[in-house]
Amino acid sequence: MTTAKAIRRGLATYVTYRSYFLDSSSKRMMSTWWRRVEPAPKDPILGVTEAFLADRHPHKVNVGVGAYRNDDGRSVVLECVREAERVISGNTNMEYLPMGGNQTFVEETLKLAYGDESEYISNNKIAAVQTLSGTGACYLFAKFQRRFQSNSRVYIPIPTWSNHHNIWRDAQVPQRSFHYYHAESRGLDFPSLMDDIKNAPSGSFFMLHACAHNPTGVDPSEEQWREISYLFKIKNHFAFFDMAYQGFASGNTEKDAEAIRIFLKDGHLIACAQSYAKNMGLYGQRVGCLSILCENELQALAVKSQLQQIAGSMYGNPPLHGSLIVSIILTNPDLKKLWLKEVKGMADRIIDMRIALRENLENLGSSISWEHITNQIGMFCFSGMTPEQVDQLTDRYHIYMTRNGRISMAGVTTGNVRYIAEAIHKVTRS
Amino acid sequence: MASVSVFANISQAPEDPILGVTVAYNKDSSPHKLNLGVGAYRTEEGKPLVLDVVRRAEKLLVSDISLKKEYLPITGLADFNKSSAKLILGSDSPAIQENRVATVQCLSGTGSLRVGAEFLKKHYNQHTIYIPSPTWGNHPKIFMMAGLSVKTYRYYDPATRGLDFEGLQQDLSAATSGSIVLLHACAHNPTGVDPTLDQWEHIRKLMRSKGLLPFFDSAYQGFASGSLDADAQSVRMFVADGGECLAAQSYAKNMGLYGERIGALSIVLTSADVARKVESQLKLVIRPMYSSPPIHGASIVATILNDREMYHDWTVELKAMADRIISMRKQLYDAMCAKGTPGDWSHIIKQIGMFTFTGLNPEQVAFMTSEYHVYMTSDGRISMAGLSSSKVTHLSDAMHAAVTRV
Repeated sequence: MTTAKAIRRGLATYVTYRSYFLDSSSKRMMSTWWRRVEPAPKDPILGVTEAFLADRHPHKVNVGVGAYRNDDGRSVVLECVREAERVISGNTNMEYLPMGGNQTFVEETLKLAYGDESEYISNNKIAAVQTLSGTGACYLFAKFQRRFQSNSRVYIPIPTWSNHHNIWRDAQVPQRSFHYYHAESRGLDFPSLMDDIKNAPSGSFFMLHACAHNPTGVDPSEEQWREISYLFKIKNHFAFFDMAYQGFASGNTEKDAEAIRIFLKDGHLIACAQSYAKNMGLYGQRVGCLSILCENELQALAVKSQLQQIAGSMYGNPPLHGSLIVSIILTNPDLKKLWLKEVKGMADRIIDMRIALRENLENLGSSISWEHITNQIGMFCFSGMTPEQVDQLTDRYHIYMTRNGRISMAGVTTGNVRYIAEAIHKVTRS
Repeated sequence: MASVSVFANISQAPEDPILGVTVAYNKDSSPHKLNLGVGAYRTEEGKPLVLDVVRRAEKLLVSDISLKKEYLPITGLADFNKSSAKLILGSDSPAIQENRVATVQCLSGTGSLRVGAEFLKKHYNQHTIYIPSPTWGNHPKIFMMAGLSVKTYRYYDPATRGLDFEGLQQDLSAATSGSIVLLHACAHNPTGVDPTLDQWEHIRKLMRSKGLLPFFDSAYQGFASGSLDADAQSVRMFVADGGECLAAQSYAKNMGLYGERIGALSIVLTSADVARKVESQLKLVIRPMYSSPPIHGASIVATILNDREMYHDWTVELKAMADRIISMRKQLYDAMCAKGTPGDWSHIIKQIGMFTFTGLNPEQVAFMTSEYHVYMTSDGRISMAGLSSSKVTHLSDAMHAAVTRV
């Protein structure tokens, strides 16, 4: 359609004016505006699900993105969430939340991370705001770090969730990495990790996964956490915890917060990103929290006011719905009990699938050690497969996962675990 | 040993001036107090309103247990995006039919503006944005935080309490070619002063001749005149000439979905190919910020926009809100005339949308607050949505006193 025809069409529909035609120089100017825009690369994680959806094979398996599935391979809405939504629907107003978010939500969320009886909460020493899930919490912290500690860098484990790199890069905070995963043992490279902590300049910022490390599933032991905390004290490092899987790792929310509690006990002034995407199945609601522990109440107020400023120019105030679901559940003893039971149920199913996958591989006579499948914890298993092996898994067996060899155990079911084991065995045998 | 915080030197950020008004209002114990600060719709009884059609949509969503609640795509809910683009551009828009529009769901108007600004900073060769003087207090912050440099163009004329059309044209003519220009699609916030269609046409011609890039903020579609199509005329004029523009939409006011943070950014391009590339780059802006947008508000809006009956019912409720505000304008104007308060008060009925720029100065505003418990922003802006018939007399008394005694 010519420009002229488009214009006439537009005019006829809405307005009756003299027809207007762009002069050729402005047309030329406009068409060059976006000529240099390159198509962006696909997100490595989300691209996997796209490819999976496009595949028509009957036995296809998606062990890519980390969203929980039940044993029928279906997505789940928790019963406690449905109950909360019934309470909310049609019954509440939809006014703006305060800039820091739903305060009841924030308070209950802090209890989960810091402890029900935490003195930091009762003494108002924590600057905390509702955020857009864990991503939003990390991003807000990264922006805050850039603004108020402009000379700092962030130390990020190798490997980590790929979006962590995007977040701190976008916030213009330079990144350094620290050793974490030990490929040979498919476990933690503790000595190198401690070396990196020691060698980093004093007062460095470290991003730590509080539990259920993504993508490896490898967590430090309690003893190792104590040693890390101790070394952090000596080096005066700053600990930022990304806790996206509380309750989902061991099945117990208190146990999964262990690393944070160890650091708190040692007197660290930590920061923490929390998400309800997985442990409450609230993925699409985008509900989370960023907290920064301060020395005193006044400081916490100042920090909170600055966090609100940054968030305010990004999206005004956070979304209401998810925060209502969380606060209804956590302030109702019966619903809270139900939630804890449902979280444990999800974590237990994943642990069962780890056992099943390992047993299947061992029964197939694989010469490779698959111990790490049950040693690792949380939603993901770092299988140790190479990108080429992963490609074979996808091309030959229609099993979809990220090329770093990460398997989302949530996608494994009693129905497909044998098929998956056989496929893995076949591509790793040589 | 107690730890020393690395953030110990941080100072308290200033409070948002608009929200600060409500804070002060809440503290006041007077039975006559009146909150004309924040722009959220209130009923005649002074209560917040959840639209009936929104309640119905929510109930539908809750009772449909087959609905998935997982992550939306980075760009948001597809149905919502399609419907939003149609709403602002018109369902017959050639730009849509030719797939030249990249639309992404964002967090209300604020989020849409920010994502658009971040995209422009990364991919556009001009990093200056011109905003009208005055404008919504958050506009400069959004653009500055995205790394754009902010300049102003004349807009409001205090002498006439109307548009400074001459000044506007002069300032846009003097702008560097290619600069971005923020335009309020309708119901300018805070002044309520909109260009006429004729003036919009002049603005369009001027901007296109200078290659200025239009960035529309559409926060009140349907709320200004009561007609969704009429309130989108300004945007559609620019799209009709085949040129490019950005448009940020919000459903906070016109669907009463304030807290759900639901809006959309649409970028109209000259070709489908460019639109695809632009969409892919918008994803890279969004992913680090929050991965994907919240599902609830989008589902409500999509449900309503895609159901003929619900859409119709929405337009009826929307018109009722707009009509109540127009009625408040008339009542206030009549009261001022009846009192014989010195000055020309016709701007009360000429201005459009949720706000009236009264023309009162900060001293007069402070007087109205302390003597009459009327809460409003110090720039003289009042939210007509906060006014009800029973309070008109009180407000006109307060304004009369402010004008004659301060």
